[in-house]
Amino acid sequence: MATVDEPRAESREPRRGEASSHIPMATGGVAAPPPARTGWGPILLATLLVAALAFPWVFRLPYHRDLVIRVFLYAMLAQAWNILAGYCGQISLGHAVFFGTGAYTSAVLQTTWGWNPWLGLLAGVPVAVAISQVIGYPCFRLRGHYFAIATIAIGEIVQTLAINWEFIGGARGLTLPFQKDSLPAFQFHTSKYPYYYVALVLLVLCLLVSWRIERTRLGYYFRAIREDPEAAQSVGIPVTRYKLIAMAISAAFVSAGGSFYAQYVLYLDPDSVLPLSLSILICLLAVVGGVGTLWGPLVGAALLIPLSEFTRIQFGGTGRAVDLLIYGGLLTSVAVFQPAGLVGLLRR
Amino acid sequence: MSIFAIPSSEVLIQGILSGILMGFVYALIAAGLSLIFGLMEIVNFAHGEFLMLSMYTTFWAYALFALDPLLSAPLSAGVLFLLGWLTYRGIIRRILGGPMLAQIFATFGLGIFLRAAAQFLWTPDFRQVTKAWVQGPVRILGVSVGLPQAVASVACLVAFGILYWFITRTETGVALEATAQDRQAAALMGINTERMFALGWGIGAACVGIAGAFLANFFYVFPHVGSLFALIAYVTVALGGFGSIPGSLVAGVIIGVIEVLGGLLIAPAFKYVAVFVLYLVVVLVRPQGLFGKF
Repeated sequence: MATVDEPRAESREPRRGEASSHIPMATGGVAAPPPARTGWGPILLATLLVAALAFPWVFRLPYHRDLVIRVFLYAMLAQAWNILAGYCGQISLGHAVFFGTGAYTSAVLQTTWGWNPWLGLLAGVPVAVAISQVIGYPCFRLRGHYFAIATIAIGEIVQTLAINWEFIGGARGLTLPFQKDSLPAFQFHTSKYPYYYVALVLLVLCLLVSWRIERTRLGYYFRAIREDPEAAQSVGIPVTRYKLIAMAISAAFVSAGGSFYAQYVLYLDPDSVLPLSLSILICLLAVVGGVGTLWGPLVGAALLIPLSEFTRIQFGGTGRAVDLLIYGGLLTSVAVFQPAGLVGLLRR
Repeated sequence: MSIFAIPSSEVLIQGILSGILMGFVYALIAAGLSLIFGLMEIVNFAHGEFLMLSMYTTFWAYALFALDPLLSAPLSAGVLFLLGWLTYRGIIRRILGGPMLAQIFATFGLGIFLRAAAQFLWTPDFRQVTKAWVQGPVRILGVSVGLPQAVASVACLVAFGILYWFITRTETGVALEATAQDRQAAALMGINTERMFALGWGIGAACVGIAGAFLANFFYVFPHVGSLFALIAYVTVALGGFGSIPGSLVAGVIIGVIEVLGGLLIAPAFKYVAVFVLYLVVVLVRPQGLFGKF
């Protein structure tokens, strides 16, 4: 399935010279749907990509780099969620399960059997895809709210199991060994630049896959299923199979994101990689940015992740949840007044 | 962690009884959710936060005006009725015909907002009604259970009975039921469906207003307290059948008992896992729930 694209995230070691190989790809393909027709799309895209590549060399503070790394990571997760929920219309509120699968698979393989973290990341993907199929196969018979609530229930079950499973560290979590900076060890503490580029590559890869999906039969099938499953079935689309494909692609990327997170933070526990709040954050970014669009999740993450950081600095340590106050208000406002998300506003 | 340790029969009976008592509370919370869903096929994802606000209403009535939870229950129900009414007028009315995604995330966002607002205003501290009128254990059928639990249970059962009477026996209730069955036909019969929807939200929220007031008697009050009850309420409604009020009573009791048995027979940490697994099994085997109509 679409997971064959995954290895590229690893085999391609991002460097500065990478820019030249990226830009033709971005400009060559006709970019995001509506802006592309104006002719500005490719230029805008190229500028964005150059800006993204140059960013860590211009803003040299580790703090900024960390912030943008997290924007990339969450944008990627939200986009992966968007493939299933936005394009295919299956609203999952349990995507943290796949994030946790990726994080735990790579971490456990490394701490228990001494696997290389890159291999761990690769191994997490098929595990998450397999889990996604096991969850999806029965649950795709459910419609709308029932499916959404079922995914919450599964997320809660998985989190409880993880808390009580001693082999993977239980409630204490897992600490990954601190190693000397090197590419094979997936640890770059002195510069952190490679983390940045790995996150960027994951995001670009996810966007490329989504962009391909939008333009191929897969995308049309997904949208047909979203708009009317019965009609889709009646014209011969194998609905369940395509829902499962959407779920697999989505889970694969979220799992890779989870492995990246584990390697980046070097500590994971059920509360940080499996909570319902993470599942919700993932959808929130996509919905606020623009669900079912190529750029919505990125716009959502680019806006809300720094916003959350800003409020944390402003109200730091008070535990007052100002970011959630804004998130919640924004989510309701977007759902009520602008269901197409902020991207929809730009298009007007 | 003891897997399948068989508890003594006395513990088992006590557990089942307390499960049934808690089940009545779950049933009332779920009835509110079910009523709203039956009317307009919208799941209130802020239901748990409504419950949280009702518990805070009760707590503050106690802390500021020394009003016992037993007395502040009507106040809490009134405040929540207003909240439900306003939620409909301000938010739900605008998304009635909207895409499902908007319907889910409008109330979801409201829930996040209310929870964060509670944390902002009242900090994440755990609060408690310390000197309630009803305290301590009481013996029922030879086993002892907490008196506050028993009072909450009876109160919720009474409130449930009133709700059921209201819906089936009064003119307004029948109008509600008619609106739930067929919006257009009800409108043609001269029923103001807009008012019925707002009323449905008001009553649905007032249900958690009552449940929350009595829960505050024996449960800590904190911003996240609603999440767990909300999850259980979704399971209860799905088990009973979305839109079925009697279904939520039966399902509430079943879930109250399963929760206790899961805790006793498997391990306390897994008691909610048992409830969620039950949800999955029910919706997969019988998607319409026990008493669902479709």
